[in-house]
Amino acid sequence: MSNPGVTNQVMQWVETRLPIFSFINHSVGSEYPAPRNLNYWWSLGSIAGVALVLQIVTGIVLAMHYVPHSTMAFESVEHIMRDVNYGWMLRYMHANGASLFFVAVYIHMFRGLYFGSYKAPRELLWWFGILIFLAMMATAFMGYVLPWGQMSFWGATVITNMFTAIPIVGEAITTWLWGGYSVGGPTLQRFFSLHYLLPFVIFALVFVHLWALHTSKSNNPLGIEVKGPKDTLPFHPYYTTKDLFGFGIFFIILAYWVFFNPNYMGHPDNYIPANPLVTPPHIVPEWYFLPFYAILRAVPDKLGGVALMFGAILILFVIPWLDTSRVRAATFRPVYKGFFWIFVLNGLVLGWVGANPPEGAFILIGQIGTAYYFAHFLLVMPIVGWLEKPKPLPDSIAAAVLGDDAAKEAK
Amino acid sequence: MFGLHKMTMQSLKTASVVVVATAGLVLGASAVQAAGGSGVPLKTVKWSFNGPMGTYDRAQVQRGYQVYSEVCAACHSLKYVRFGNLPDIGFSEDQAKAVAAEYEAEDGPNDDGEMFMRPARLSDTLPSPFANDKAARASNNGALPPDLSLMAKARVGGSDYLYSLLTGYSDAPEGHEVAEGMSYNAWFPGTQIAMAPPLSDDGVEYVDGTAATADQQAKDVSAFLMWAAEPKLEDRHRTGLKTMIFLIILTFLFWLVKRRVWKDAH
Repeated sequence: MSNPGVTNQVMQWVETRLPIFSFINHSVGSEYPAPRNLNYWWSLGSIAGVALVLQIVTGIVLAMHYVPHSTMAFESVEHIMRDVNYGWMLRYMHANGASLFFVAVYIHMFRGLYFGSYKAPRELLWWFGILIFLAMMATAFMGYVLPWGQMSFWGATVITNMFTAIPIVGEAITTWLWGGYSVGGPTLQRFFSLHYLLPFVIFALVFVHLWALHTSKSNNPLGIEVKGPKDTLPFHPYYTTKDLFGFGIFFIILAYWVFFNPNYMGHPDNYIPANPLVTPPHIVPEWYFLPFYAILRAVPDKLGGVALMFGAILILFVIPWLDTSRVRAATFRPVYKGFFWIFVLNGLVLGWVGANPPEGAFILIGQIGTAYYFAHFLLVMPIVGWLEKPKPLPDSIAAAVLGDDAAKEAK
Repeated sequence: MFGLHKMTMQSLKTASVVVVATAGLVLGASAVQAAGGSGVPLKTVKWSFNGPMGTYDRAQVQRGYQVYSEVCAACHSLKYVRFGNLPDIGFSEDQAKAVAAEYEAEDGPNDDGEMFMRPARLSDTLPSPFANDKAARASNNGALPPDLSLMAKARVGGSDYLYSLLTGYSDAPEGHEVAEGMSYNAWFPGTQIAMAPPLSDDGVEYVDGTAATADQQAKDVSAFLMWAAEPKLEDRHRTGLKTMIFLIILTFLFWLVKRRVWKDAH
């Protein structure tokens, strides 16, 4: 029970009854050893955590003023924008914060892909990350419905209609989800309820994600295991200060969008109140769903499209076994590295296709992009891992970072 | 040391790729939005509220209010704007009260259970010209004049779009059928608009003596509608500047702390 860090008598009294201080110290303090070579890509996890907290805090205050009713929702958002003190700031922070949350999480995921962070022994850590991503997508989708503008209504209609693709019970399930025979008041009210609930589910998932992280410890840019104390630095003060700087950058970027360009990532149609009788000429989801939207529309078959879209995320669960390479970091994988960047580019192309109407060349490009998306996991990952000759790995993190002599000296 | 340097360069390179990638996604999304509407490039105006520190030109927005109240208000409501918001665009409170008093608002029920009309107050929203959408359609050849409160944010191009539309009436090109009661306007989606050209030279007489060309009126009312849609813009820009200065200094301090802590690590 003794903790050398706790000297204050009151803290000691608490510590012996509830070892909260040593818990913190072992989680993000000086007792948590982190690889000494983590670069700024490793800051995105904690930045995503900050984004989640920001969404919860702004969301709770917004919910004090918002009215989840089909005849009042749109007006209550305008009430927030015009009459609530700093309501405009809260709402713009919440809307743009959601986008930046996705930016942070996407970078975090691509970092994991590049440096092989999903490989043993971090498979469950990776799995809980995917679950967080899925919960985020559901939360963001339902949040976008709440202002009850045209894009809210029609976006909800398009996405919930996916469930009608399920054979036999599809129609019944969709009616059950809607709470009626189309998207309407009951849909809005349950989406509000779930939109308030899910962030706390995400919070719990983040907790498990961190639990798994603290068990297997962080991967690092070299992708080799920590071999001794020389390879690590205490999380505090090294990574607390590094992450703090990352938070500063995050908030500067957020402030730019909130104060100087708050409606750029939204859609103008969502400032038109929802109207079930008028379909917008072009229904698009928020930008962070566009690549998946392109996959959904890649095949002319409804069920096929839905299956592909969910498959595009579910396939992430099995990549720890699809990737046959024994080397984690793409830095040491000359062939795979190239394929990684093609995969990133392919994701961007899919996003671009998703943003455009499914006609002309976009159909073919979307189909090729979708095929390549799956080929990357099903063909490139196993085959390249098998055939490629990786570059030699450094002996240890300390040897790579400090030089061989310094590492030896330290022993 | 060398290894670390190489790694930093590497991460910088990768960082730039991801930033570009994200920007590409965002730009891709907005390109779609810009392609909405009729596809004719918008006429662009150098608005005073453009840019990170933009503000509303009080005189212009007041003239725009005059155009709205004398012309647009005959058919279009502005239901999210209150008389009490008028001081934001440079009217004194007394002026705003005087403007409000020219209108009547329904109140009640009184002690006899009757609804009654009374002079409007600052807390009232601008009165709508029609009792409901059906009444609005009945008076407008079946077309519904939309509420204008958010119009400047609800169309791609915002106030540029409004200005283009208001100055965009012309004779239909050869062989282009225009339906009975409709007007040709190249900037309106589908190019046929139910609203007859609303503005004409000297259609209003500006209180401040500005020459009231149709073009000037179109600019002024577009600026006014931007204010109606985004009344907190100036507050937002000012708060943004302060926030940015604070955050940049704070982040710089974080960076110094980080550098100091890490000094002995390598």
